[in-house]
Formats: sequence, structure tokens, C-alpha cells
Amino acid sequence: MMSRFWLWAAALAVYAFLYVPLAVVVIFSFNDSQLNAAWVGFTTDWYAKLFQNEEMLAAAANSLSIALLSSTLATVLGAMAGLAMHRWRFRWLPFLVLTPVAMPEILLGVSLLLFFRQVLDLTLGFFSILIAHITFSIGFVAIIVRARLAGMDESLFEAARDLGATPWATFRRVTLPLILPALVAGFLMSFTLSIDDFVITFFVAGVGVTTLPLQIYSMIKVAVTPEVNAVSTLLMALTLTLVLIASRFAPDVLKART
Amino acid sequence: MALLELKNLTRRFGALEAVKDVSLSIEAGEFFTLLGPSGCGKTTILRMIAGFDAPDEGEILLDGVSLAGVPPERRPLHTVFQSYALFPHMTVAGNVAFPLEMMKRPREEIRRRVAEALELVHLSDKAASFPHELSGGQKQRVALARGLVNKPRLLLLDEPLGALDAKLRVEMQSELIALQREVGITFVFVTHSQQEALALSHRIAVMRDGRIEQCDEPDKLYTQPANRFVADFIGKINLIDVEVIAASKLRLNLKAPGLGEIEAVDARPLRPGERGVLALRPELIRVHGHKESADLKNRFAGRIKGLLYLGDVTHYQIELADGRVIAALLPNAAPGRAKFHEVGDPVWICWRHDAGVFLRD
Repeated sequence: MMSRFWLWAAALAVYAFLYVPLAVVVIFSFNDSQLNAAWVGFTTDWYAKLFQNEEMLAAAANSLSIALLSSTLATVLGAMAGLAMHRWRFRWLPFLVLTPVAMPEILLGVSLLLFFRQVLDLTLGFFSILIAHITFSIGFVAIIVRARLAGMDESLFEAARDLGATPWATFRRVTLPLILPALVAGFLMSFTLSIDDFVITFFVAGVGVTTLPLQIYSMIKVAVTPEVNAVSTLLMALTLTLVLIASRFAPDVLKART
Repeated sequence: MALLELKNLTRRFGALEAVKDVSLSIEAGEFFTLLGPSGCGKTTILRMIAGFDAPDEGEILLDGVSLAGVPPERRPLHTVFQSYALFPHMTVAGNVAFPLEMMKRPREEIRRRVAEALELVHLSDKAASFPHELSGGQKQRVALARGLVNKPRLLLLDEPLGALDAKLRVEMQSELIALQREVGITFVFVTHSQQEALALSHRIAVMRDGRIEQCDEPDKLYTQPANRFVADFIGKINLIDVEVIAASKLRLNLKAPGLGEIEAVDARPLRPGERGVLALRPELIRVHGHKESADLKNRFAGRIKGLLYLGDVTHYQIELADGRVIAALLPNAAPGRAKFHEVGDPVWICWRHDAGVFLRD
């Protein structure tokens, strides 16, 4: 009986450790005070203010369009990589595709910066961020697609060919519908990765173009204002929603992320 | 001309020769079976006919035309997979319609033919169901309907009954026979179950290690096995090592070391000194309690060592004087008694001179 009590107590402590900071941010985003010190009263002013902040809106627009584009392209490329890894079991292929997933972000950020500036001589901005986000998302999509294919009866694809479907018709009528959940999950996964990425974006953003996380960072350099709390709360809600949807489409997605 | 001809087919996987110089010819309308233990190359042959794999040597002719280089989707034949391979995201009707849609048939014709095919396999009421809602036997029938719906020249079946339980398997066997007769399409069936092969086929090719050991009608395979492997693989059999003493057109005299002389018959010209085995089916051995009743020349004394009572028949293991054990099968046709003999009973066994088959080594 006692051991059970301690088990619950320990679990509670861990969850508190994980979620209380998040809860504080959410709560203080509704606090009618400039300071994150004491609860004064309920207000949605900070959210209203947020939507009048031109810089913030521009950053949000950047974040959303980059997230949308990068996750779309990463889904297409990642699906191709996943299919290739499944079909041809070249030993080095998974290694090549999945390395960016395991690579420390700071390393990826630095190397992408060097690559864009020294090798491609690219002007940093929207496109450099977009390419960077595609780069680190592909691996995640590939993992999810490959996991989906691995659990599938190989003779399904042979059966389609056998019954008269060309390779393209087989892909369109059988393969694509079967991996669709993985594609949706991969897309949502990439989207959340893109929208809250800070480290890599920080390196490749250059001047002039900011994303939401970069904008938040530059704001808290001054002070953690309730406005930051508000935008963080919105970002949190969006990310959480997408992860929840993603996990519905492919239950192994959450596993793939860790 | 044969419908399907395999000419000197060879397929290697690295150092392994999975199929070695196999030649076969299958007639239109036949129910043909490739039978053999797992790894004998039967599935490899099926995959080469379907076009999923290509032979290293030899060729496959359908209606006299080589299939080399023809992709699976352009071969006028279908496969029923062991796993059924039903498309999980399509309904039963969608699955069955798939091959017709690939042929770009008009919508009205597709609807009519799907309905016909489902009726053929008694699944009209399941048209709107998804595969995961069906039982094993129903999935099997959908796979058959899908394979037959556009009337292929040939239907390949890869252990299609393997995943079913024993009772259902027997039911499906009868259904398969009826179905094949009804549609008149040539079936090439792959199985490792000799019982299934005997029950279903017009002709059977028994395979071992990539080769065809014997290709014959079921009753010929059973009564006239070509060699020790076939004799042993098809049904239960006693194999007695023997040596030819004397041979004529009418009589073959054999000597079994430790047992004595055995009389048999063989039309082939055999020479004294040749070695081989005498293959003897258990049901052709008579078992008697009295020496006088065992009135045949091939007669040996023994003792019931063990038995397996199956209700309609009993399998006896009879230990002879030299310690060898002979299997005999007797119908339990003794009025008032469950079976003829008990464990430990001294018995006499005998068999007709034409009961056994002499197989040269």
C-alpha cells in the first residue's frame, strides 16, 4: 500500500516538473499585469496586443509559410526516401537519410550556415530557412513511412502488379492509400518541427527575416513580457494540436520522435 | 499445344540452385499441382510463371509464346497468395473490381462481373465489407473471386489453404474442385500437403531440391512411386531394403537381409544383385492372429508393438522377428469388436506378391 503511495507521489512530482512551467506561461498570459509576479486579474489584452504587433505578425506569417512549404516538400522527399529504404535494402541509405535526425542541432545549424554562405553563396533569408527545415524534416518523414511499410504484407504490391496494375497504377491505387496515414503524420510532424525550431533557424536566418521562435527570443532579451507568454501559449496550443492529430494517424509517431 | 510449357527452367540464388532444369507442360483446363517440402523450389517456379522472378536459364511459354521480359501486369494470369493479399483499404467489391478497372472495362460491365464473381464464391452479401471484417475462409474466397473475375488463362495458387484450420481446409478443397470445374480455368497449385495434392489435382509434380522427382496422376503417384523419395513423401509407406535374387517377366524374387525372401512382380528387366527398396503401403498388408489364415507366400511372424485407434481404422505397428517395425492399416470392420488386435498380440502379416513396388536405388 505504502509503495503504491510513493509511486503515485513520484509520478506526480515528475509530471509537475514537466507541466507546471508550461502552466505558468499559460496562466500569466491571461494576467492583467506587466509583471510575471503575482496574479492581478483576468484579461485577454495581451492577445489583442499581440495581433496588433506588426513584427510579431510578420514573424508568424514567415513561420507558418515556411512550416507549410517545408513540411509539404519534406513529406514528398521523405516519402520517397522511406519507399526507397524499404524497397532497396542498401545498408548505407538509412544511414544517409537518418543522420540529420540524430545530428546535434547546433552542428546542423553551423554546417548549413557554412554550406549556404561558403559553398552556395546564398543570401540568407526565407529560402535558406526553408531548405534547412526541409533538411531536418526529411528523416522524420522517412522513418514514419518506412515503419508503416515494414508492417505491411509485401505481397499486396505484388498482387496489384499481378492483377494488371502498372508500377504507377500500383503506387497510386495501393501504395499511396496505404501509406497515407504515415504521410499525414509525417507532414504534421514536420510542421511542428519547423514551426518551433530555434537553433538551426537562428544560424541560417540572416538579417531581415525572422520566425516566431526567433522573435520570441529577441523579445525576452529585454524581459519576459505577458505578450511573450501569450504568443508562447498560442504556439503551444498549435503544436499540441498537431502532435495529437499526428499520433492519431500513426501511433508510432511519438516513438519516432524520441 | 500445351497451354503452359516450362522448358529447362533453372534459377539460382547465389550459390543455391533453387530450380534445376525443370521442364513441364500443363494442358488447358488442368488442375496441376506442384508438391514438395518447403524449400524445394515450387514457389520459385510459381513466381517465375507470374513474372515476379525470372529464370536464369530456360523459358516459359504460354500458348506457345515466350513470357520472357513480359511484366506481371501484362501476363494473362493471376495469383492467389498464401496471405490472400487483399487490399485492406478497399471493400470486397473494390478488391474484386480491381483487375477489371486495370483493364479499363466500362463501369456497367465491372459491376455485373463483380456481382457474378461474388456469386460464384457465395459472397454476394459481403460486397460492401472490408477484408478485416471477414473470416479466413471468406478472405480466401474473395482472393479467388478477384483472381477469376477477368477470366485469366491461368490461375496460380500459392498454398492458398495453408492459413485455414483443418476443418475449413477440407471444405475449401471441395469448393476449389467444384469452382475449377465450373470456370474451366487452368489451375497451377502449390502445396506441401500431399493429402491436399492427392485430393485436388488432375496431375501432380513432386519436387525435391529444385528437381521434379515424378510427374503423374494422383493414383499413379500413390501406387507407382518412381523412387524412394516419392514413395515416402506421398502417404505412409513401409520401405524394406532388398536385393534382387532372380527376376523374370512374371516373378521377382527379392531377399531382405534379416527377414528372408520376398516375392514381388516387376515388368522391368532386372538383374540379380541389384539393390533397392520394396515399398509397401500399410493398407495392403494383412494382419492375422493365426498362421493358417495368413495364406500368402510373403508371410512373416510379428507382435503388435503399438497401435493408433482412429475409430474407422486402426494403425498398427508390428515388430517382426529381426526387430524391424512394419506399419499396417486395418479398417475396424469386426462386428462386435472395436478393433482386431491389441498391443502385445502375436500376429502373422502377409501381402500379395503384387502389393509392393520395387524401387531401384
